[in-house]
Amino acid sequence: MDGLVMKAGGWLVLALLALGMAAVAVDTPFAVHMCIVAIACLAALWFTISRANYDGIARGIPKTSANPSMYDDDPVRWGVIATLFWGVAGMAAGLYVALQLAFPALNLGLEYTTFGRLRPLHTSAVIFAFGGNALIATSFYVVQRTCRARLAFPALARFVFWGYQLFIVLAATGYLMGVTEGKEYAEPEWYVDLWLTIVWVSYLAVFVGTIVKRTEPHIYVANWFYLSFILTVAMLHLVNNLSMPASLFGSKSYSAFAGVQDALTQWWYGHNAVGFFLTAGFLAMMYYFVPKQAERPVYSYRLSIIHFWSLIFLYIWAGPHHLHYTALPDWAQTLGMVFSVMLWMPSWGGMINGLMTLNGAWDKIRTDPIIRMMVMALAFYGMSTFEGPMMSIKWVNSMSHYTDWTIGHVHSGALGWNGMITFACVYYLAPRLWSRPRLYSLRMVNWHFWLATVGIVFYAASMWVAGIMQGLMWREYGSDGYLVYSFAESVAAMHPMYLIRATGGLLYLAGFIIMIVNVWATLARKVRDELPMTETPYNAAADRPLVPAE
Amino acid sequence: MVDQKRIDEATGTSTVGHEWDGIEELNTPLPRWWLWTFYLTIVWAIGYVILYPAWPMIHSATKGVLGWSSRGQLEQELDAQTARRAPTLNAIAATPIADLPTKPQLMQAAVQGGGAAFRVHCVQCHGSGGAGVKKLYPNLTDDDWLWGGDLATVQYTIANGIRNPDHAETRMSQMPAFGHDGILNPAQIADAVSFVRTLSKQEKPSASSARGGAIFAANCAVCHGPNGDGGRTVGAPKLNDAIWLYGGDRDSIAATITQPRNGVMPRWGNRLDPVTIKMLAAYVYSLGGGEKAPVLAATSAPAPTEAQPEGQGSNGKP
Repeated sequence: MDGLVMKAGGWLVLALLALGMAAVAVDTPFAVHMCIVAIACLAALWFTISRANYDGIARGIPKTSANPSMYDDDPVRWGVIATLFWGVAGMAAGLYVALQLAFPALNLGLEYTTFGRLRPLHTSAVIFAFGGNALIATSFYVVQRTCRARLAFPALARFVFWGYQLFIVLAATGYLMGVTEGKEYAEPEWYVDLWLTIVWVSYLAVFVGTIVKRTEPHIYVANWFYLSFILTVAMLHLVNNLSMPASLFGSKSYSAFAGVQDALTQWWYGHNAVGFFLTAGFLAMMYYFVPKQAERPVYSYRLSIIHFWSLIFLYIWAGPHHLHYTALPDWAQTLGMVFSVMLWMPSWGGMINGLMTLNGAWDKIRTDPIIRMMVMALAFYGMSTFEGPMMSIKWVNSMSHYTDWTIGHVHSGALGWNGMITFACVYYLAPRLWSRPRLYSLRMVNWHFWLATVGIVFYAASMWVAGIMQGLMWREYGSDGYLVYSFAESVAAMHPMYLIRATGGLLYLAGFIIMIVNVWATLARKVRDELPMTETPYNAAADRPLVPAE
Repeated sequence: MVDQKRIDEATGTSTVGHEWDGIEELNTPLPRWWLWTFYLTIVWAIGYVILYPAWPMIHSATKGVLGWSSRGQLEQELDAQTARRAPTLNAIAATPIADLPTKPQLMQAAVQGGGAAFRVHCVQCHGSGGAGVKKLYPNLTDDDWLWGGDLATVQYTIANGIRNPDHAETRMSQMPAFGHDGILNPAQIADAVSFVRTLSKQEKPSASSARGGAIFAANCAVCHGPNGDGGRTVGAPKLNDAIWLYGGDRDSIAATITQPRNGVMPRWGNRLDPVTIKMLAAYVYSLGGGEKAPVLAATSAPAPTEAQPEGQGSNGKP
């Protein structure tokens, strides 16, 4: 009982503390944020009181621990649902900002709905909320299975999940209220950064703790990638967000860096957020779910070692290619460029290992829509990891920089690689996590696949055309030696491309909504009556941790 | 799991012998093309860092064998363009602006150069085609000029701006805020509106417009002329045509009389070089509404850059 009182009292004290902070806040957004924190604490308090086992406490029975012969999958289930929830929010925001570029009236004349505030909402929602939840959920799933051990620190794992959702809510509401550090993909202010640091270190502890208590002799390659992702993101986050708050009760801070140093730190962060969040983390997903779904051994153990170490060593230097032809000294631009080019093959190592794992199971591309998604994901991964080094070459970059080509590049990676591999993993996980015989409908997976693929083609193709058109218009000299176009003329020329891009986004979002219906129906124990497609069998009896002999 | 190597049937390759949750790994060697391409990129990188600025030292970085720098490249490209344009620019500078139309090739070059400068400095307000923005900024493609549309006059306007309070040579005038400052009451303003609209034949004469005629004669005619022909010395617009900068409906005209905008344009003489301003004038002149220089101006031979507009009110069309 004492423990329960302590816990509930603790939540109450935290809630009151947050309300006190709100009362003395020097600006409204900070007050709003502290109120959100207080609400979160009160929700935790209510949960603590209402879910407590009073009967057990009264009889003096110690808290029973969860079934040790089962994997600890609650945070994974929550994570899958959070992935879908934030995915809709983020992709809908993306479609809306795409339409704003085509029809500026959609800014609605309100500060809260301007492009400048909704864009970071979109990017953070899809990268950190959709992608981040997918990474946390799959990492908890994969690390348990490949270590054959339950999660270490189960309470901390739950804190990681809920703490991360609070981070997302604080970040998103902050953007709408105009709270930003002005650093792309690192917009949240100092107090949200501190909170994420606590959550992330807890995540690291759960993940490493589980690896430490593994019953397998070796650490599986997926876990190397997950670990490099968690560690590097921690480092990037800490360094890039070093800042001094203007007030301890306010939502404004000043970066520890200034000028070109700040820019370089930011793009060291920004590029490695792509490298370690969207590449290494998702490669970890690929390394578990592709061989599982294909029921084939990983193509090459040696390639996995070489491409892992070369990838993480080379990636960390490539950031300066975001600052070609700027105030950044030439030598640093050279550094960013040559490391980006050398990164090409290490990146492709992951694609080769994923695709060639299908050796002996290529027929599944025809019959298994989940495998088809994985293959398309790897194809887009390969395409964008070729495009990236190419765009980092200064000669190409002098034209592509600041154009929509960059947006197209990012989205062929994000929609094609990160999105598709996440969808495939969720389709794999849903029936297994909720003990359902199979997905509601594999044919709907197929529909999702084609809508998403056609959507990406629309998106990427229109942005390639738009970007190259912008690049050429901006630099076109007439025979008399003067620039031919004004900037506004290049903006006007973008309009049809923006419409095509929004169409692509709409198709992609439509496919995603089909997925939500499919997963929802699966959870509701429905099974669609349809012609069968290839399914990967699931042996629930083997999906158990090894319980160490007591 | 115990290390158990086996030969994978489908590929004929040995496994490494580990197994995780049913996942095994093949002991496939690195694909040769992959490895050699990787080596190739490394060799290329080494070559590049020798040729180009790369290695940071204590005070500065190595310059690279080629001696290339991004700033150097920019300077070179700019110098090349400057050298290419120099003969034309010098010729334009040496030609009095009023004489430009007599040298079609030079005029053409000036229009091109002015167009480039226009796209950088002027499109924000006047639009990329120079058609202005309704109710905000004037259209430059018609022949309705507030301050005059011959080359020297346009040049003067661009160089000195409109209503720049810190500049003595600027185009300056101020229409009183008749309504806001209580010079006219709302009923009088309504009558003045009626009269103004009869000038442009938007309304038929009425009792109101008759009363407005007297108000107009007393308050407005001094600048806009008794028949609403406008007055270019003070930038007073013509009121008897169909062109309305701030709108010609009753409400818009009443709003203008109540609280006039007295629009402002920055002066460019302190930002752009004289040749660019001259070329800008040529470009604006060429948009469709350029006027012939008034006869008086021709004899006074204005200075090339700070030309003072002399005669006003010419109705000459280009």
